[in-house]
Amino acid sequence: MALLELQELQTQFFTSAGTVKAVDGVSYSVENGETVAVVGESGSGKSVTAMSIMRLIPWPPGKIVGGSIQFDGKDLLSLSDEEMRKIRGRDIGMIFQEPMTSLNPVLTIGMQLTEPMIAHLGMSEDEAMAKASKLLGMVGISEPKRRLSQYPHHLSGGMRQRVVIAMALACDPKLIIADEPTTALDVTIQAQILELMKNLTRELGVAMIIITHNLGVVARYADRVNVMYAGRIIESGTAQEIYHNPKHPYTLALLKSVPRMDKQRTDKLDPVDGQPPDLTRLDGGCSFRPRCRFATDECAKSFPPLEEVKPGHASACFQKNNLAAEVKEVVG
Amino acid sequence: MNDVTVARQGTRPGSSDGFEEVLVDVKNLKMYFPITEGAFIPRVVAHVKAVDDVSFKVFKGETLGIVGESGCGKTTTGRCILQLEKATSGEIIFDGQDITKLNAKEMIGVRKRIQVIFQDPYSSLNPRMKVGEIIGEPMKVHNLIPDEADRQKRILHLLNVCGLASAFADRYPHEMSGGQRQRVGIARALAMDPEFIICDEAVSALDVSIQAQVINLLEDLRDEFDLTYLFISHDLSVVRHICHRVAVMYLGNLVELADGDELFDNPLHPYTRLLLNAVPIPDPDIEKARAHEIIKGEIPSPINPPSGCVFHPRCPNAVDNCSKQIPQLREVKPGHWVACTEV
Repeated sequence: MALLELQELQTQFFTSAGTVKAVDGVSYSVENGETVAVVGESGSGKSVTAMSIMRLIPWPPGKIVGGSIQFDGKDLLSLSDEEMRKIRGRDIGMIFQEPMTSLNPVLTIGMQLTEPMIAHLGMSEDEAMAKASKLLGMVGISEPKRRLSQYPHHLSGGMRQRVVIAMALACDPKLIIADEPTTALDVTIQAQILELMKNLTRELGVAMIIITHNLGVVARYADRVNVMYAGRIIESGTAQEIYHNPKHPYTLALLKSVPRMDKQRTDKLDPVDGQPPDLTRLDGGCSFRPRCRFATDECAKSFPPLEEVKPGHASACFQKNNLAAEVKEVVG
Repeated sequence: MNDVTVARQGTRPGSSDGFEEVLVDVKNLKMYFPITEGAFIPRVVAHVKAVDDVSFKVFKGETLGIVGESGCGKTTTGRCILQLEKATSGEIIFDGQDITKLNAKEMIGVRKRIQVIFQDPYSSLNPRMKVGEIIGEPMKVHNLIPDEADRQKRILHLLNVCGLASAFADRYPHEMSGGQRQRVGIARALAMDPEFIICDEAVSALDVSIQAQVINLLEDLRDEFDLTYLFISHDLSVVRHICHRVAVMYLGNLVELADGDELFDNPLHPYTRLLLNAVPIPDPDIEKARAHEIIKGEIPSPINPPSGCVFHPRCPNAVDNCSKQIPQLREVKPGHWVACTEV
């Protein structure tokens, strides 16, 4: 059985402008120890999915209105707040984008690191401090003992993100959700942090969901990839399959529009025309249809189901078997 | 220190080469920001050396990229050229005259010819002005098109050039998406019919699919209006795509400068090499095959930069001499300049 399994998850925000279907029937699973990427652009619902797993959707205006989330044999949506609190930060760790806003500026690093261990694992303060210092060493922070008494503002952005990773690992979680963990960091620091996360999750056998808009990061670090668009997963598969044999026009369009550092400058990038849809005004058809080069009348009638094209590779597109010519042009 | 006088050698597919006319000549630019102590009688206790003796030329019609990480001085360099910062020393020669020596009145004429596109389309547009007013304002201020009706006509033309429908003239920025706002920022920069545009992280805040649209727009405009860009960015993939030549900065210093393809295919400075290695490429096979060489440590403080070569504490190739001798930018092959004694 998978460690985490989402079934038809639906999260909506009830705003004065209408109901925003931020997550609209998302299903995916994460096995023990594997790294799964969720890719998509702003507003595709990738972060809201993660917040839904943690049950951190603020009500009002947001609410999980349907579906189920199975984690380690438990149905997270039926747990009480008290029971959920025991899972957050213990079995599921979280790493956010902004290391400055996810650390408390008026508490020392040591207090913030030991708090979850004291609360969840019942450690004494001394035990927790000893483990905290070990954790800081593990994430590559020099002089860990001295750092414990420092405040977040003493540290650089990269160092802060290391502290956040140490916090996520503090209670030996089974799953870590990393939401754009390196987007705010410089590229050399990004490489340091991602390498660290990869090595630690492998060593400790922790599963990870990495949420990002960066296709390069996904290619370097993920085993499996879910591509999201307008609140749905439109394609999922191994990184190999997604990059070399995409079966959805949106995935294909993303690969065509991203500038690549290893390519000589060709004539033009080939961007997706138009804008992402307004999530309050989705109709019953495929939400990518207005921007899609392959759209037919069928696409307006119903939303194409996410179906396997081969074991482990699924696409939500009626035209999924008619993309070969253009795929060849892009992938070569 | 280092005067980069080089006729362009590179050949690049899809671009007309042989840019020879110098439009901007930056010579020994230094920008030190003072750090003061004392509330009543402030005294200068140290300096942040944001840009420390940088020289380069921008040729008419080319796009010169400046890349580097936070705090390397790329944005400050752009701000000095725009005269938004008063350089500590050095010359910035724009079309034959040193603009650092101009007074405010003389500068007005130059300002029309140099425009800027900022990173954040949310904070660089006035939220209380309609898009039409935002684009029309510079033309009004500089009295470029005094007639109201003509100005309106030009505003609509600029919107269309930037791929926005005329109806956007009556909208407010908050009614638009990030990509649309960035197009407004570009239209505003074009309003003055400039020769030189500084793009400071102009596409960094945009999503992939929108980013590609804006990159294409910038390229089209460059060809259509004979623009010269200084393209400041931390995104090396975008820089590779759009720039003819690329300069790499580290801690206020220019460490390497070369033709785009030459720099990316054959980086010579150890910092450039490690920087390029850190950028993940969207292809899992390439990523698996690549050796990932991770740069150690973090960028030192520009208040008290390391002696000698500023990169030596993190450099895998450093020798004893690197902490003593400041490497000069030198031409190691035609058009390829490197500031490293070990190359």
